[in-house]
Amino acid sequence: MMEALILFGEFFKTGLFAIGGGLAALPFLYDMADKYDWFTKDMISDMIAVSESTPGPLGINMATYAGFQNMGILGGIIATLGIVTPSMIIIILISKFLKKFRDSKYVEQVFSTLRPTVTGLIAAAGFSVLVESLFHMDALKSGKVDWANFFQPKACILFVVFFVLMNKFDKHPIFYIVLGAMIGIIFQF
Amino acid sequence: MKDLADLFLTFCRIGGFTFGGGYAMLPMIQREVVQKKRWATDDEVMDYFAVGQCAPGVIAVNTATFIGYKRRGILGGIVATAGVVFPSLIIIMIIAAFLNNFSQLPVVQHAFEAIRAVVGVLICNAVIRMWKKTVIDKICALLAIVAFFASAIFDVSPIIIVLAGGAIGILLPVLKGMKKV
Repeated sequence: MMEALILFGEFFKTGLFAIGGGLAALPFLYDMADKYDWFTKDMISDMIAVSESTPGPLGINMATYAGFQNMGILGGIIATLGIVTPSMIIIILISKFLKKFRDSKYVEQVFSTLRPTVTGLIAAAGFSVLVESLFHMDALKSGKVDWANFFQPKACILFVVFFVLMNKFDKHPIFYIVLGAMIGIIFQF
Repeated sequence: MKDLADLFLTFCRIGGFTFGGGYAMLPMIQREVVQKKRWATDDEVMDYFAVGQCAPGVIAVNTATFIGYKRRGILGGIVATAGVVFPSLIIIMIIAAFLNNFSQLPVVQHAFEAIRAVVGVLICNAVIRMWKKTVIDKICALLAIVAFFASAIFDVSPIIIVLAGGAIGILLPVLKGMKKV
């Protein structure tokens, strides 16, 4: 019981103070690795890799993992609840506030410039995903630019083909993700 | 009850296929929440992203809570949040129980290399759609471009970019007023 409370409390703290996306949880996780024997620092690196190849964000995945390792399925659920509860409460409070001030001229002004700003941010996120998947950035960083090894030919072809397909056929994103995964496995990306 | 089940299942689908960070959920949200269910407009989704970026927690969860709350109040917020984390909860427990070297498995690496390129295309298309909706004048276009370079090239924290974008919204009418005088 005590163990469960500590687990919930530690991940609650992380959920409350990690602002700004998945990797923001990282310093809190390192701190936990020092304080408890739930996971080691090596496991955090492993979990970064796992989180990049599974759908969930790093902090939440680490919570599930730590809880499960220590207290089984119930532990996994408790720790995950711990990390999402603070933001859930805060977002509900913000929602109430926004509902009240939705028609305020100032709120509308703020959002009118926020929306294009966020469009730019998302474009940047897409850009970094593409750079990582289409190019070998190591080939650039090593100093000598090795153009022959710079492009990842398979990923580049996939990008072009899927870009054309998606603009021609209005299929669900899940369809394209699953199709892409199968192509990746068959053609050994 | 049916409404809540629908919320849960929809966010399960979104949570299960959001690879590559919070913003990668935009194409899924547009498809499921904006186009199919009409629970929110494109503009509202961008508002949620902006506010969610500056609040504690990850974008995917925050956006789910926002939309769930909008649909069905506090209970809706809780159900949508549970839905969006449910798939990764199951996946991570399975990995923790059976697959120690999951991310090193060749099959996983091959699949994910390709998924990344696909997610890149999906985000491209989502951004094109968003550009059409949110960039309504030259100032908006300038803001979007500056935000892009600040984040992609200069690695400025997204929180700072969002706060600056909001502050400009307040200052802009003041500046315009000054010009007239």
